[in-house]
Amino acid sequence: MKQSPGRGNCVAEEVARIPQSLVLPQKRAEYTTLQVSNSCQTSFTDWKVKEIPRNSRFIMKTSNPVDDANDQPEDALQRAMGYFEKGPKKSSRSKDENLETHLKAVENVAWKNGLPPEAIDVLLNIALSGTFGNAVNTRLLKCMIPATLIAEDSVVKAVSWLCVGKCSGSIKVLFYRWLVTMLDFIDHKEQINLLYGFFFASLQDDVLCPYVCHLLYLLTKKDNVKPFRVRKLLDLQAKMGMQPHLQALLSLYKFFTPTLISVSLPVRKKIYFKTSENPWTSALIAVRQRNQRPSVGPLKLTLGPDNGPNVKRKWNSHSLIPVLNSGTYAREYGKREMSLSDYLNRNRSLPVEQLQSFPQLLQNIHCLELPAQMGSVLNHPLLLHYINCVRDESILLRLYHWLSQTLQEECLWYKKNNYEQGEEFMNLLDTVIRAQCFLQEGFYSCEAFLYKSFPLWDGICCRSQFLQLMSWIPFSSFSEIKPLLFDHLAPLFFTSTVYFKCSVLQSLKELLQNWLLWLSMDVPQSPMTCNPLDTTLGASIISVSKLIEYVGWLSTIALRLENNSAFLLHFILDFYEKVCDIYINYNLPLVMLLPPGIFYSALLSLDTSILNQLCYIMHRYRDNMTAAKKKDMLEKTKSEFNFSSKTCEEFNNYLTVMIGCLWTSKPFKKEMYIEPHILGKAKVTEYKSNLNLVLHPSLLNYAASFLLQENPEEKAVNVDTIRGQKWNKYLDYLFSEGLQGLKLFIQSSVQRFYAPQ
Amino acid sequence: MLCVASGLARPWRAEHAQARLSAGTGHPGTMEPCDSPESTPRQNASSNLKDYFLASTPWQKRLESVRKQTSFVQTTPRRKVPECSQLQETIDPHKLAFLLHKQWTLYSLTPLYKFSYTNLKEYSRLLSAFVAAEKQKGLAVEVGEDFNIKVIFSTLLGIKGTPRDSEAFLVQILSKSQLPSKNREDKVLWTGWFCCIFGDSFLETVSEDFTCLPLFLANGSESNTAIIGTWFQKTFDCYFSRLAINAFNLSWMAAMWTACKMDHYMATTEFLWSVPCSPQSLDISYAVHPEDAKALWDSVHKTPGEVTQEEVDLFMDCLCSHFHRHFKIHLSATRLVRVSTSVASAHTDGKIKILCHKYLIGVLAYLTELAVFQIE
Repeated sequence: MKQSPGRGNCVAEEVARIPQSLVLPQKRAEYTTLQVSNSCQTSFTDWKVKEIPRNSRFIMKTSNPVDDANDQPEDALQRAMGYFEKGPKKSSRSKDENLETHLKAVENVAWKNGLPPEAIDVLLNIALSGTFGNAVNTRLLKCMIPATLIAEDSVVKAVSWLCVGKCSGSIKVLFYRWLVTMLDFIDHKEQINLLYGFFFASLQDDVLCPYVCHLLYLLTKKDNVKPFRVRKLLDLQAKMGMQPHLQALLSLYKFFTPTLISVSLPVRKKIYFKTSENPWTSALIAVRQRNQRPSVGPLKLTLGPDNGPNVKRKWNSHSLIPVLNSGTYAREYGKREMSLSDYLNRNRSLPVEQLQSFPQLLQNIHCLELPAQMGSVLNHPLLLHYINCVRDESILLRLYHWLSQTLQEECLWYKKNNYEQGEEFMNLLDTVIRAQCFLQEGFYSCEAFLYKSFPLWDGICCRSQFLQLMSWIPFSSFSEIKPLLFDHLAPLFFTSTVYFKCSVLQSLKELLQNWLLWLSMDVPQSPMTCNPLDTTLGASIISVSKLIEYVGWLSTIALRLENNSAFLLHFILDFYEKVCDIYINYNLPLVMLLPPGIFYSALLSLDTSILNQLCYIMHRYRDNMTAAKKKDMLEKTKSEFNFSSKTCEEFNNYLTVMIGCLWTSKPFKKEMYIEPHILGKAKVTEYKSNLNLVLHPSLLNYAASFLLQENPEEKAVNVDTIRGQKWNKYLDYLFSEGLQGLKLFIQSSVQRFYAPQ
Repeated sequence: MLCVASGLARPWRAEHAQARLSAGTGHPGTMEPCDSPESTPRQNASSNLKDYFLASTPWQKRLESVRKQTSFVQTTPRRKVPECSQLQETIDPHKLAFLLHKQWTLYSLTPLYKFSYTNLKEYSRLLSAFVAAEKQKGLAVEVGEDFNIKVIFSTLLGIKGTPRDSEAFLVQILSKSQLPSKNREDKVLWTGWFCCIFGDSFLETVSEDFTCLPLFLANGSESNTAIIGTWFQKTFDCYFSRLAINAFNLSWMAAMWTACKMDHYMATTEFLWSVPCSPQSLDISYAVHPEDAKALWDSVHKTPGEVTQEEVDLFMDCLCSHFHRHFKIHLSATRLVRVSTSVASAHTDGKIKILCHKYLIGVLAYLTELAVFQIE
């Protein structure tokens, strides 16, 4: 076997012999067979005959099939491969020329489409075996750009060459850099991980050290961190000083076993490994783009520690949400030495940093290592899922303690003249609100924070965040919350712009919706008792009704302050759209009508959409009340809720007025008296018959355009002509104009009574 | 800060007793689900959600107290005049002396998660390495290695109000002296201690995984406090905040400490008032002979053993009007920033110096109350 280098079969033999100490048994067996077949000198050719056609087909497929010019470089590549496998011929002159041509051929394909795994396997062997000179090896290594993947075996073989001293230091460096760049393109990494000890030993080489560090940084798993390695690294650090690559590796080690090592890193984020001058990155991107396929491996290879545990939490003055960091810390404290069972246990549990997907969460839900600082879950949707289903009190308490203090410390108007951190505080609130929306549940910390800070709020700072927080107040007794929150809200509400009023109403609508959802989830679980008002449900319903009453009060005054602004009215009616459907949508025994101030403003509004919305709301009220009545009759029990005859009467009154104003032209029969001189001023003497679907101020222009549609020639339209058959046509016209609420209302309320008409 | 002040007017324990009382009698008119869980057995039987939202969780209890604190209901606050505690007898006099006559910066601290008194040695080891690593930024150190900096944890037995209070403990950063001599003494670079005096009402609201030590006192450089604090925050998922003392609470301190019986007075009673004016603020120092102060207090004091809000107000008003008579300056228009008595002295920045060992527990009890209020 002691053949001189340069002979063709020597390559394979070296491979077969050297890695014995490095590679696993099954690998060794493979190499042995290779050695056997090698002896008949045809192995590579045989292999090539079988393999190469498949390659070229593959490349043809991935490249643009229309482009015929591609064929030529592929053939050239095949020839080049043949050449490199056989090794350089002795004839010196033609050797250089041939070598150059073949190298060019390889480079052409590599830079354009990348090389197939098989070619990389062969060429990597050649480059590291020292068959050619340094310059050639460098060129070969530089064009090791994978088209798809790199076989793990090729890398293992290549690493084995590093042991024989065939390649120079610079080639080794280049190889390590290549390996770091290409790590994500290697199909499997089990074997490479087994070489961890070998790589670690290479740290001693001062030149290689930074690159090996980078490789180890990417390879290190928890099992790889051993006390003897920590000691070795610390020795190296003592020898070489504070090197960024060593820092990176040490911090990673600390991350896995905080009890073995302590390191503090500069607060400023730092990139430990530069990849900018990397000769492959740009080519990889180009190849990927040309091949028009999604990238095989992620190209973001700089794994700086910026997402690691190194960002030092700021001390009090401006704390952020803590970085996610698993709680091994606290648990391992108190154990002087880590026993074997600890290692085994830790292998079974999953640190939160490694949690990537929902299925992973489901599989590991029983053995999840929770973060050391619970506040970090706010930025982690998967952990929020976990929090949501685990009713472990201490988890919530940890989160709440942290959140309460952070909100209090960060709150802007607690600190005098300190508006620098406004952005930070707003972001914090946004994050908290996102988490609450995600969990569909308010945090108690936020509630407590609101109670403490609302009296001091100016109504401007972080307005949208504050109002959103308000809408997530957990369900509780309204009369308890009112003095803490709503009594402070009211003055702000009345003295602010119409936009503020609208946003407050919007938030109150969301609050009502959240409360209703919580209650409706809760109701089916509890069997109805015969005396419902004594139960918590009864109390809860009272609380909800008080909230609705309060909003009714706010809205009525606001409408007067804002001169019946249609914009505001929209938001108010939005709220009542929720209110009117409580019985049917949430199965809660509560029907509360809208106050007269709002009802009449909406009914006589100049805005058609307001009238339409009101019609829809009245229609829904009708459905809800009918459903409630029906159930009442069926169950024959005592009235199950305070859906009193008074409500019924009030509703009927509203209904009569609406029918009068829209249909029968007999508005305000009983309850209204208007001074004659006011009517005289308004030049309306016959007001009693001046309000119906045609003459209603918001519908008059519909009537006009309806008539114009009928008779486009008409110069003057007389809306009084809309009656009888034309009335029905006009109705259809209105419905076709999108007044769905009106349609539903008329269909449910009017035709029933006026069917014969 | 108005709300904080009005909230604090409610004494901690009295309020709790009141909450219990209302649970017993029940409020038929108002809906207080937390206070009357017995009256609604259905709650426990079926509805998880209701349990969760309406009652029985410790957090809910805390929220109730927050609500009460911030609501406008005012009661007459009463506090006990500090007394010599029985438990205090057990304190190691050496350690006690160590705590006195030093200026401590106050912090409030949320409960420590999974803190164990049996692991103090291990914590020392890990914190030493952490401090060493922080001191030489960027250089990793092996845990257990020999540094010239050492961190020591030790318990402060007896510093508690009731037996239920968590044991206080002390953390010190020592710099090892380079001298080879046998009787060398390590130099103390920084000291901090954690305690809880009469914090039982707060204890009720957390589960057994937590250790409640709401008051943290530090002496030494701010940077060391930051390092230690960061380690605690990361390790026990707790949160440190500076504990400032507002003028309202300083008045209370002045009154309570003046009320203490002293064998002999070590210092004059002194008040520092700050006048906000430009370019520099003006400080007015107002010193009273401690016996005169005590005499004044005795004249306004009615209920034995107790201090009430009216008495505190009256005491301060008397002092102010006396000052006005002589200097024609309305001190009520300025801000009280420091109070020093023979018992202790406190600054509005949240700094305290305890002088009299007899009333150590009494002083700490009030500070614990303030700290608990802040972390509620």
